[in-house]
Amino acid sequence: MSESSLDDIKVIVFQLKDEEYGVEVEQVKSIERVQHITRVPSTPDFVEGVINLRGVVTPIIDLRKRFNIEGLDHSDTTRVIIVTVEKMDVGLVVDAANDVIDIPRSAVEPPPQVVGGLEAEYIRGVAKLEKRLLVLLNLDKVLNSEEMDEMKEIEGQV
Amino acid sequence: MEKNQYLDMFIDESTEHLQALNDNILKLENSPEELSLVNEIFRSAHTLKGMAATMGYEDLANLTHHMENVLDGIRNRKFEADTRLIDVIFEAIDDLEAMVSDISDGGEGKRDVTRVQDKLAQIEKGELFEEAAATVENVEVSKEKYAFDDFELTVLAQSKEQGFNAFQLKVVLREDVILKAARVFMVFEVLEQIGEVIKCLPPVDQLEAENFDLSFTVTLVTKETEEEVEARIMKVSEIDNVVLSPVEEIEHQSQDESGIPESREQTDIQSDQAHDPDDLNKPMIKEDKTVPAANKTIRVNIDRLDSLMNLFEELVIDRGRLEQISRDLKSSELTETVEHMTRISGDLQTIILNMRMVPVEQVFNRFPRMVRTLAKELNKKVNLEIIGAETELDRTVIDEIGDPLVHLLRNSLDHGIEEPEQRRKSGKTDTGQITLKAYHSGNHVFIEVADNGAGIDRDKVLEKAISREVISEENGAGLTDRQVYELLFSSGLSTADKISDISGRGVGLDVVKSKIESLGGNVSINSRLNEGTVFSIQLPLTLSIISVMLVEVQDEVYAVPLSSIIETAIIKKEEIMSAHNQKVIDFRGNVVPLINLTDFFDVPVSREEDDHCSVIIVRKGEKMAALVVNSFIGQQEIVLKSLGDYLSGTFAISGATILGNGQVALIIDCNALIK
Repeated sequence: MSESSLDDIKVIVFQLKDEEYGVEVEQVKSIERVQHITRVPSTPDFVEGVINLRGVVTPIIDLRKRFNIEGLDHSDTTRVIIVTVEKMDVGLVVDAANDVIDIPRSAVEPPPQVVGGLEAEYIRGVAKLEKRLLVLLNLDKVLNSEEMDEMKEIEGQV
Repeated sequence: MEKNQYLDMFIDESTEHLQALNDNILKLENSPEELSLVNEIFRSAHTLKGMAATMGYEDLANLTHHMENVLDGIRNRKFEADTRLIDVIFEAIDDLEAMVSDISDGGEGKRDVTRVQDKLAQIEKGELFEEAAATVENVEVSKEKYAFDDFELTVLAQSKEQGFNAFQLKVVLREDVILKAARVFMVFEVLEQIGEVIKCLPPVDQLEAENFDLSFTVTLVTKETEEEVEARIMKVSEIDNVVLSPVEEIEHQSQDESGIPESREQTDIQSDQAHDPDDLNKPMIKEDKTVPAANKTIRVNIDRLDSLMNLFEELVIDRGRLEQISRDLKSSELTETVEHMTRISGDLQTIILNMRMVPVEQVFNRFPRMVRTLAKELNKKVNLEIIGAETELDRTVIDEIGDPLVHLLRNSLDHGIEEPEQRRKSGKTDTGQITLKAYHSGNHVFIEVADNGAGIDRDKVLEKAISREVISEENGAGLTDRQVYELLFSSGLSTADKISDISGRGVGLDVVKSKIESLGGNVSINSRLNEGTVFSIQLPLTLSIISVMLVEVQDEVYAVPLSSIIETAIIKKEEIMSAHNQKVIDFRGNVVPLINLTDFFDVPVSREEDDHCSVIIVRKGEKMAALVVNSFIGQQEIVLKSLGDYLSGTFAISGATILGNGQVALIIDCNALIK
């Protein structure tokens, strides 16, 4: 038992378009249904806005936009995954969050170089599980994009 | 691990004691004869020493110990509390403060304090050697002196009535004693034969365990004489000597020497029962008794109060929903219950907000010390008067207000108050007066820093402003006095002829202004040449709940703080003019630039344009702007929330709030909109 928990990573699996992604369960605070999102002006395109998460104003990021996948209207399965990165709570809008699974560390491979370039930096690795392929995310990179830095720089100057 | 548990408490309490030390020593300097002050000081120092020693901060404890010795000297009227001595004590306190702040930053509280310690030791010894020796001895005595409890005192008193003598015996064993416990036992046996042992120090169990050095002290009630008792004890072998003293005398001695509260309480009981009230001690004892009863408080971590506030806000939002539901359902019973709940939660809100209020004293009490030091540096004589230190403000404001006030006080000291000679020439007293005053008025707190110094020279300010190109000569001529004073708040302006360490670098007042404005307040100056200057700060009571105007921009709701709104208006399309590619309107004779929030915030357009526009005229200082919105929703008190670290710094948005329907509305930062 202890052996398996050492060698396994517990991840929450979610869906974007037809690919499956995973974030480690330790980083996930909760999974919410979509509620009213208040748009915040002059923020990068992928920042959907903020929601009221039980009294705490929480920023929301649209992962489809972040990964340059074409947009989709929110549906019944759409979920907001609240993750904690560097002590900040941020919500990620995903098409569906369906599963929690253990994956052995040995199944995780570095991101395929073919994908390369831009995307590689927020992908931590790819896990091969029988017939499924799971993209593991590096959340720090997902949140801290150049656009974000640029935005802060502009604010600094103002 | 165990230490951590008490660390917070230690830091809190040491800070309090240090503050008390600061305050009381300042008072002592003004009235060196007041012995009760010295006692107060001594007690703070003593407690601090005890706490530091318990927590294992050796340096802290050592330094406090040295300080205590000097204080003891003052109390016993061996040294006079003159400025020189007080300076050294202040130095020591500075070191203590540095150590405590090091500890609170997670350090070990270590610091090289030998210099100050030497100084203290010099005072102790240097002035009069014999007295210093006496001081050391006193300390020893007070360490060994022990207290009687009520029961023992009653026994003592009763036995005296019946003609018994009460002695305190200090028995010293020979250095080569082999069986200490056995000798102690024998001494006790002898004593029990001739009288009754009331108390011994160390306690019996410690004596039996040989947990003592070579001497122990016993209180004995007996009918025998002093000599007889002594002779009997000396018959026990291996006793080096025994010192007897009647109990009354010892007590008088202890009254003089000990600063430990318990012993004082006892002497109090004693003097009630017996006789001979010591005049010097009487008033002191009374004071001692009234203080602890004054207020009952518990310490609560501020985070807990914050989360209580958060939860309460949630409740308020739900309350809003319930009100809506009860209106829809039209059930009278439900409506009544909801109304009742509304009233109760209103009271609850007041209480929670009050809990977060702290007296402004917290900020003020470091100022006397600062003013004293600065005045010395500047060779000026200044008397600082503090009025209304009990005025309460929200913690969030208190945390921020300190620095601006320091700036203003420094400014008054440096630029306001003249040097004594100068003051005499202008027919004033040598000592300048600075008044720091806080008071409530309406929903605001006012803090004033007033001095009776030179006042502001209008021409000098203007001249400087023009030479520094803050303002053009043409514009300068037409300004009112008030407008000229306002110039002091612009950056890069200082009227002091020479630049001093304290202020005068031209930074400061502009920082003060922007800080106060960021707190939702404002600063104004009033001055009369040669009579003085008053800086007046107006602050909101709390930063966590503010009044806003809710507006609709297309389908989005935004909040505009009432503090920046001058007026709302509805204007016709034709009234909008264009000046240099910027749309403007004529508002009561002023040309005001127009900002269309729909365009500015890129709000998706969902409504048709109309012939009339709703505008909100907002201001930043003297400048104005008109914000075009679609409609006004109304005025409301809202709870201010931050956007979170991730989005903090979003342009023109200062925060967010949660509306009654649970949705988030953004708060517009008008200061950012106006350049």
